[in-house]
Amino acid sequence: MNNPPDVSPDPAEHEEYAHNVQKHVRGYLIVGALLLTFTALTVALSYVDFGTRKANIAVAMLVATFKAGLVAAIFMHLAAEKRLIYRVLLFTGIFVFALFWLTFLAWYDPIVH
Amino acid sequence: MEIPYTVSTRPDTGLWNAKIGIWLFLASEVMLFGGLFSAYIFLRIDALPGMWPHGLLNVPVGTMNTAILIASSVTVVLAWAALKMRRYRAYWWYMLATISCGVIFLTVKLVYEWPQKFEHFGAYIKPAALEKYEPYLGNHHLEQKGLPPRLEVTGHLHNLAALHDPKIKEYEVALDPTNADPTNPTMDRPHFFYVPPTDKIATIEKEDVERAGMFTPDHNTYFASYFTITGLHGLHVLGGVLVFIYMWLPVSKKVYQRNPEHLANRVEVCGLFWHFVDLVWIFVFPLFYLL
Repeated sequence: MNNPPDVSPDPAEHEEYAHNVQKHVRGYLIVGALLLTFTALTVALSYVDFGTRKANIAVAMLVATFKAGLVAAIFMHLAAEKRLIYRVLLFTGIFVFALFWLTFLAWYDPIVH
Repeated sequence: MEIPYTVSTRPDTGLWNAKIGIWLFLASEVMLFGGLFSAYIFLRIDALPGMWPHGLLNVPVGTMNTAILIASSVTVVLAWAALKMRRYRAYWWYMLATISCGVIFLTVKLVYEWPQKFEHFGAYIKPAALEKYEPYLGNHHLEQKGLPPRLEVTGHLHNLAALHDPKIKEYEVALDPTNADPTNPTMDRPHFFYVPPTDKIATIEKEDVERAGMFTPDHNTYFASYFTITGLHGLHVLGGVLVFIYMWLPVSKKVYQRNPEHLANRVEVCGLFWHFVDLVWIFVFPLFYLL
């Protein structure tokens, strides 16, 4: 789903433009409904026993990641954004990965374990 | 002096400046919350069996707050779309809806959820005394089922003075359902609806208790991370609401009248922040309420 284009300064084109935005509004409402549905799903799944608690956590995080992806892609317009912003986020991703990697390393401390 | 590139795009970046600004800020926010989440993982993985509580938060209320936050994310994006279509009236209403959602979220947290925790009591039993309190803990039953042990007796503290008065030798606790009927299989997993403490009173001697207190951040690592993360998240919600109020007040109408696209861009930037706050909550909710 692309983002609405920038507004045209020409009033004649404005009506068509408004119509274009209106189409996106429908998309936003659908995404909102999806997010609510998946929230209900997360709650319901947490009462299902997947064998181990780890499995339950994995399922919940999977659903949460999907929801976060929807918010980022559609509400935050990341589905179609300028390259510079992707670059910023690429670095963010690398740093977050490093951060969680450090947590993992600390947990796997070979001296203690 | 005019601030450049508030509406028009900068040729070298292809963006108006505030957009890069907010994304750089959000990148730093990701690291801030990332650090706290990694602390959460660390504390949780290393928690000894029975030391990470489950089912202490009110799931229906948490679910409602999640839905409210999602609804506010929808209304803020609709507010922005309304500005793009030059419908100020609709924008005004969507913005009011967003602000209301934020205020409801904070009210539920600060007036209902947190205070309820501050009045909830828990006492960790010393390992040597676990057998003595077996009727409230049901650990033989849990062991048979291969579930982690219960080390804490929770409920409503009747003699509040016991918390501070060293002369009082025991706590009188109206037990939570889990401790009132610990071998009941329905207590093995958390309930969906909040069940208040029962009428069953237990006397817990202080000398059998490792540590005891209300559910405040210093009670255990679970509540420490719960209050830190939801507290910081709540501050973000508060910040968002304050900025939205500014965008909603008549001062911002002047910006709209001068250049509607300028206000649309401002709302988009605040909206990005707001969606990020929503996104954080999407992870907070299952991690603390459900798992």
